[in-house]
Amino acid sequence: MTAQPTSFSPLARLLHWLMAPLVVAMLFIGIGMVATLSSWHQVLLSIHRPLGIAILVLAVIRLIVRVTRRTPALPSDMPAWQRGLAHGSHWLFYALLLAMPLVGWSMLSAGGYPVQLAGSVYLPPIVPHDVHLYTFLRAAHTYLALLLFATFLMHLGAALFHGLIRRDGVFSSMTTGARAAGQD
Amino acid sequence: MKRPLPSMMELLRRPGQHLDVLGRLAAIGVVVVGIGGGFAYVSGVLTPHRLTAQRMINTFEANGGVHPGYRRNHAKGVCFAGYFESNGSASDISRAQVFRPGRTPVIGRFAIPGTNPAIADGSTPVRSMALEFRSGNGEQWRTAMNNTPVFVVNSARGFYEQLEASRPDPATGKPDPAKLAAFFAAHPETQPFRNWVKSHPPSTSFANAAYYGINAFRAVDMSGQTHDVRWSVVPQAPYTPVTKQDAARHDFLDSELEDRLSQGPLRWHLILTVAKPGDVTNDATVAWPDDRARIDAGTLVVQRESAQADGDCRDINYDPTVLPDGLKISDDPLLAARSSAYAVSFNRRTHEEAEASGTNAQ
Repeated sequence: MTAQPTSFSPLARLLHWLMAPLVVAMLFIGIGMVATLSSWHQVLLSIHRPLGIAILVLAVIRLIVRVTRRTPALPSDMPAWQRGLAHGSHWLFYALLLAMPLVGWSMLSAGGYPVQLAGSVYLPPIVPHDVHLYTFLRAAHTYLALLLFATFLMHLGAALFHGLIRRDGVFSSMTTGARAAGQD
Repeated sequence: MKRPLPSMMELLRRPGQHLDVLGRLAAIGVVVVGIGGGFAYVSGVLTPHRLTAQRMINTFEANGGVHPGYRRNHAKGVCFAGYFESNGSASDISRAQVFRPGRTPVIGRFAIPGTNPAIADGSTPVRSMALEFRSGNGEQWRTAMNNTPVFVVNSARGFYEQLEASRPDPATGKPDPAKLAAFFAAHPETQPFRNWVKSHPPSTSFANAAYYGINAFRAVDMSGQTHDVRWSVVPQAPYTPVTKQDAARHDFLDSELEDRLSQGPLRWHLILTVAKPGDVTNDATVAWPDDRARIDAGTLVVQRESAQADGDCRDINYDPTVLPDGLKISDDPLLAARSSAYAVSFNRRTHEEAEASGTNAQ
């Protein structure tokens, strides 16, 4: 058995930092485009759909990387509730990153909208045109987005807490990959 | 060496000795709250005076009440089905499949403006036609047209101010004429629309009216060149102005349409009008000169109608920005505003529809 690593693999770190700005941008694009009446509405919509599918693809790759590679353990002096929250919120992230694009795609399908990626590139509908289903999925897309945003804020706060207050190597295990000596 | 982390109690008891930790905690708080606040700002909840799609639709509801399950504007209407027979003439300026020679199925809707689905047909001179073309390659072209060649305003803000000015006075049930007059005085761009309505009495029928795409669009040809266009449908049935007696019947437009369709299909020519350089594309209140090239792209054939309560058009949001490859939106700011506001209307009415059918099932 190999020893437990002290940091995330370079591939896991690359995926994390590639997806983090995309996902945060996606949340702002989504909440902004449904409110605005300006021409930003069309611009943001045309980014939202292909970006969502890109995140879906990246999330699948990331899930595979997560289950096939070992991850560093949390510091042993962390209280149990914090460890539980850390693990729970990470799996919630995976679930939401996979669910959000699929709910969005299904929602457009159920609403009878063409799912245009770019130009004449369309995705096929994945559920039938059914407004009852649409109204459920449309609400789910909003509530899951708010849950994702709340999870992100908590994650950001916790990451900075590890990096600036606890200084226990958890933050650097996802950034430089170097874990400060004597921290375990 | 790292000092052990002070406990919460220790931080509160002797804050002066832990200024560095408190400062870093505060920095984390600023980052998290700042990003959360930015998100709230973008959503519009922090700025009640900003005109959002939700507030536009709220204003329709404030003016005319909520009629669950119905569109927030152009609520009264009827579905129809038919097809578009393209003659291929528009292929020169647009590569859209719908313009190649052949037939494309169409699900459409005739309607009149207003939030009330039971309003009298004589209440307005405006009639509208919405179309959804479904091409074989899965692409769609949706358009929502009015029987006036120019629109009343050229911005979402103008449209909102018109809504506010035409809110019925609770005492009379009618808009306050002084407020309307003030609105028109402040919006001189409304003049071409008002002149047109004054000089063109409404038609007797949905079937003998021409309908105009309201906004300018861009047609993209095979080589990728774009051409600014507006489109309209011109009826084969001759125009006849409506009489007072006709208009006095509450649902005269619908019953007249039923009679006509029982005698055979109705036809319109689909016309693409091509702009010349310099023609404005970002202002729906300005007509283009009459001498612009007009391409007769083919014939729209309406074969049958059905009540909107369970018709095929009910579950379609006629968002004018749903376009096939070969047609693009122009720089007209109304297009994005229409798309955004129609989506809110669609979301609300489909939600109500689902709730109502849930109740019926119990």
